[in-house]
Amino acid sequence: MVGIVIVSHSENLAKSVIELTAMMAENANIAPAGGLEDGSMGTSFERIKSAIESVYSEDGVLVLMDMGSAVMTTEMVLEDLEGKKVEMVDCPLVEGAVVAACDSEGNMSMEEIKADLAAVAGTHKF
Amino acid sequence: MTDSTKTAEIIGSVGKVIEEQKEYLTELDRPIGDSDHGINMARGFAAVEKKLPTVAGKDIGTILKTVGMTIVSTVGGASGPLYGTAYMKAGAAAAGKTEIGMEDFLKMLGDAIDGVKMRGHSDVEEATMLDAMVPSLNAMKEAFAAGKTTKEILDAGVKAAWAGAEHTKGLVATKGRASYVGERGLGHQDPGATSYAYTLQAIASNYC
Repeated sequence: MVGIVIVSHSENLAKSVIELTAMMAENANIAPAGGLEDGSMGTSFERIKSAIESVYSEDGVLVLMDMGSAVMTTEMVLEDLEGKKVEMVDCPLVEGAVVAACDSEGNMSMEEIKADLAAVAGTHKF
Repeated sequence: MTDSTKTAEIIGSVGKVIEEQKEYLTELDRPIGDSDHGINMARGFAAVEKKLPTVAGKDIGTILKTVGMTIVSTVGGASGPLYGTAYMKAGAAAAGKTEIGMEDFLKMLGDAIDGVKMRGHSDVEEATMLDAMVPSLNAMKEAFAAGKTTKEILDAGVKAAWAGAEHTKGLVATKGRASYVGERGLGHQDPGATSYAYTLQAIASNYC
């Protein structure tokens, strides 16, 4: 099952996004990486890395981020994990997380999930 | 010329000035960002201070790469990956060296700038730290080519870095949080350009 990681500046936001995805995909392989170790706002290299490792398998891991340092710090973690099957996805965090969680639970492949998330990135709410 | 011991001292002095200017840097970040630049950078350099003794006596590349990794792990905001990448790229350019001269130093700064551009997908005139980094390196290269003394070269760099930080007041940010504020950010000096000017100033005061 493809792993999903939610990176946010806020520990609560990352956890709440997963609370929301659980409404539709309770058994998805998904982990939060929000906030800094001391509970303050920010993105933590270690938290992102360990969240990726916690959901990692040969099926791969997709990482969804909020913005700014969440993106850049994730980039550096991916460089550190060179050779592993981990990629970042550029899409709205909440909608993307729900789609990714449903797809992951449905045992879709990393490529299939990426295609769905690319569609999410181009979808309008109204 | 500077060696490994001196490099560790210089990093210590950079940490000191960041700690001293923590409130001011955070204040600059308030109107255009998320009010955390000084706090984040000071948190990073407090961790660097603890880490430095573990690389004492190692080559300059190892010291700077360790500084970069520590900053990435502890800063938490955009300045973490940006300054982290800068120190790591500068370290890579000094890999294995226990002594560096001005030519090495300028190469290290050039590689650091390329790293920041790559990481931030940014360039000069976007109201970022690059607006202090790039003109200061250009000024130092020019002074170096003109055969100036080490002190004159570094002074030229510091002067250009402050001028660059000042210049960001007239720029509209297109990258990072400040881009959300758009034209309302005009008149505000970029915190990243400012912390870089302080960094270079600390390096210059302790280099020779």
